[in-house]
Amino acid sequence: MRNSKLTSLEEAIRRSGLKNGGTISFHHHFRGGDKVVNMVVDCLAHMGFKDLHLAASSLSDVHEPLIEHIKNGVITRISTSGLRGALADAVSHGLMEQPVVFRSHGGRGSAIASGELKIDVAFLGASAADELGNACGVPRSENAKSICGSLGYALPDARYASHVIVLTDDLVPYPNLPAGIRGADVESVVVVESVGDSSKISAGAIRDSKNPRDILLAKQAAKVVINSGLFKDGFSIQTGTGGASLAVVKYIREEMVSRGIKASFALGGITAHMVKLHEEGLIGRLIDVQSFDKVAAQSIASDPSHVEVSAVEYASGQHTGSATHALDIVILSALEVDTSFNVNVLVGSDGIIRGAIGGHQDTAADSALSIIVCPLLRGRIPCVVPKVTTLITPGSSVDVVVTEYGVAVNPARPEIRERLVAAGIKVVEIDELAAKATAIIGTPDPLPFGDKVVGVVMNRDGSVLDKIYNI
Amino acid sequence: MMFVPGNNPGMMADAHIYGPDSIMLDLEDSVTITEKDAARLLVYNALRSIDYGTTEMVVRINPLSTPYGKKDVEAVVKAGVDVIRMPKTETADEVRELEAEILRVEKEIGAEGRTQIMAAIESALGVVNAFQIASASKRMMGIALGAEDYSANLKTNRTPGGAELLLARETIVVAARAAGIACFDTVYSNLDDMDSFRKEVELIKTLGFDGKSIINPRQIEVVNSVFVPTEKEINKARAVIAGIREAKAKGSGVISVNGKMVDRPVVLRAERTIALAVAAGVISEEQVL
Repeated sequence: MRNSKLTSLEEAIRRSGLKNGGTISFHHHFRGGDKVVNMVVDCLAHMGFKDLHLAASSLSDVHEPLIEHIKNGVITRISTSGLRGALADAVSHGLMEQPVVFRSHGGRGSAIASGELKIDVAFLGASAADELGNACGVPRSENAKSICGSLGYALPDARYASHVIVLTDDLVPYPNLPAGIRGADVESVVVVESVGDSSKISAGAIRDSKNPRDILLAKQAAKVVINSGLFKDGFSIQTGTGGASLAVVKYIREEMVSRGIKASFALGGITAHMVKLHEEGLIGRLIDVQSFDKVAAQSIASDPSHVEVSAVEYASGQHTGSATHALDIVILSALEVDTSFNVNVLVGSDGIIRGAIGGHQDTAADSALSIIVCPLLRGRIPCVVPKVTTLITPGSSVDVVVTEYGVAVNPARPEIRERLVAAGIKVVEIDELAAKATAIIGTPDPLPFGDKVVGVVMNRDGSVLDKIYNI
Repeated sequence: MMFVPGNNPGMMADAHIYGPDSIMLDLEDSVTITEKDAARLLVYNALRSIDYGTTEMVVRINPLSTPYGKKDVEAVVKAGVDVIRMPKTETADEVRELEAEILRVEKEIGAEGRTQIMAAIESALGVVNAFQIASASKRMMGIALGAEDYSANLKTNRTPGGAELLLARETIVVAARAAGIACFDTVYSNLDDMDSFRKEVELIKTLGFDGKSIINPRQIEVVNSVFVPTEKEINKARAVIAGIREAKAKGSGVISVNGKMVDRPVVLRAERTIALAVAAGVISEEQVL
């Protein structure tokens, strides 16, 4: 067609004017199934680029090949929300000269919008795109093969990057509208064999956890929600994807049905559980920055009240219109919580990076009530500790901690404590929980961290919260 | 009563957080012969070091006729177990043999009379001798049915309705009541069929059992929901208790509630309902009246 932006990946890169030292960006909507990062960085290496800054919304196990590109000097800096697998291990052991910069999803959106994180070229995988660059994460033809649903984390990149290259494995005729990524923001369109394996965007179909500990935690968390004083018609909620978080939705649902309470919206990573409640009429709208499974991806494709939002609209601390500011209740998980209610979701008890900040900082800070669901013990690892290994979400944002040995309430929220006690919930002091963990397990040896900074944890306002050292 | 394998430290460490009334750490069928010693050591240390709160702790030992039985008794009595569960009990003499063994160990540590006994009845002979077993010792706190071995011994199979267990169940309840001790029903092992589990719990409650043995925390809620008295039952029982107090205050031997005379069995049932409600935490002691 006239004015087609269709070209090869190499040619698109050449046209972008990318230089050594530049910043390239990616989204992680295909999670463990992503094929774009490795494909593009291989190509950049082949073309001889060096000293690039890779700014992804997140990175996971599948990005292990980046280790070689880091060793060869193709990638020298990384910004991301999370790291997992072999790449995370290598970074933790001191692979990179420059520390990895970790931001929350909202923090990344803000940093891109403000220009603090300046992207030279964004490489954005899409499930469908037309030749002018209108691109989306939902299927638009019978040939669609890689479906991810919302493209929320890619939208700030599309809007603010100096140059945008869309990669797709399903080129459809113009107009591919409506589309989150607008052709006006896109410089090139590249057709590739596959942008991602959609079967890996989630662990699978709806499955209720049968783990008794998850069920116990979920029931406790549901009781906290129901008796928090915020559980009333028109409330809003966000939950994570762990076994306990998913089960919470099940128990809250039962209470919503019996009391005739409906939620105005559910936010965040949207799961099949939330879609089910929405379809039952129990949740008005689904505000979706990331679709966590196939059911959610299908729903956003066909249901007008299931809407895609950008990371900025989702959780930016600098944009007062972002959805987290309207959020009542968020249920989050944690690797560790400390006696000041600080939370770590990034660095394991062995000092190795093994997680992601995600929307943790953002939703905890802006919601009216943040509930952390965290077992006291994971095997022989204590999860309520005197001091977190790495500070990710400050305790001032955390209201309630739910464990299998009792519920702790931040002293800054006496009214919540009062309501939970009145409802007969076992409320304990956070210090008691930490002491209990120590009594059962003992005090672990201190971690043998080195003195090289391998990661910097940013707060969502752009300040530095903590540093991660090599191990 | 929740069964927990005595060779699984992960399960033993936090079995009490799910709120079972009692926990039975098993040294018998769930532990292979090669792990008997290790499991005994684990159970000993679990009883000594884990804070199980107010949960009643039971250990199922190996039969005294095996090389492990006496060692099991020695370890768990020294660890301060509340109740020893004797498997495959067939005669009153077996109970007395266990009692003697317990007493020997208790004397050694200066804790005479501390340990109670529960006998599991798992054979036709055991059912026939149920009352003798139930009344064999002052330490006897309850008898329980072990249905797998029992049905094999009867040369039949387990069925969904449990027709093959009916006589054993009724006999065990009658024997326990006659001896003034508690009685517990067998386990239900299909965790994916909660509806049939609930039906079985309803059946054994009707038969008169005090409780059900379970193998997974997910079963606790069902058992509690069947056994915990309803608000209506509690209110009715409260009215009866109030009637008794009123009658006592008046010095009257006749108890009446809402103008109707109340018989002694009704009073006993009311007291049992209140005791259950208090035990389940539905009402507190102060709320009885």
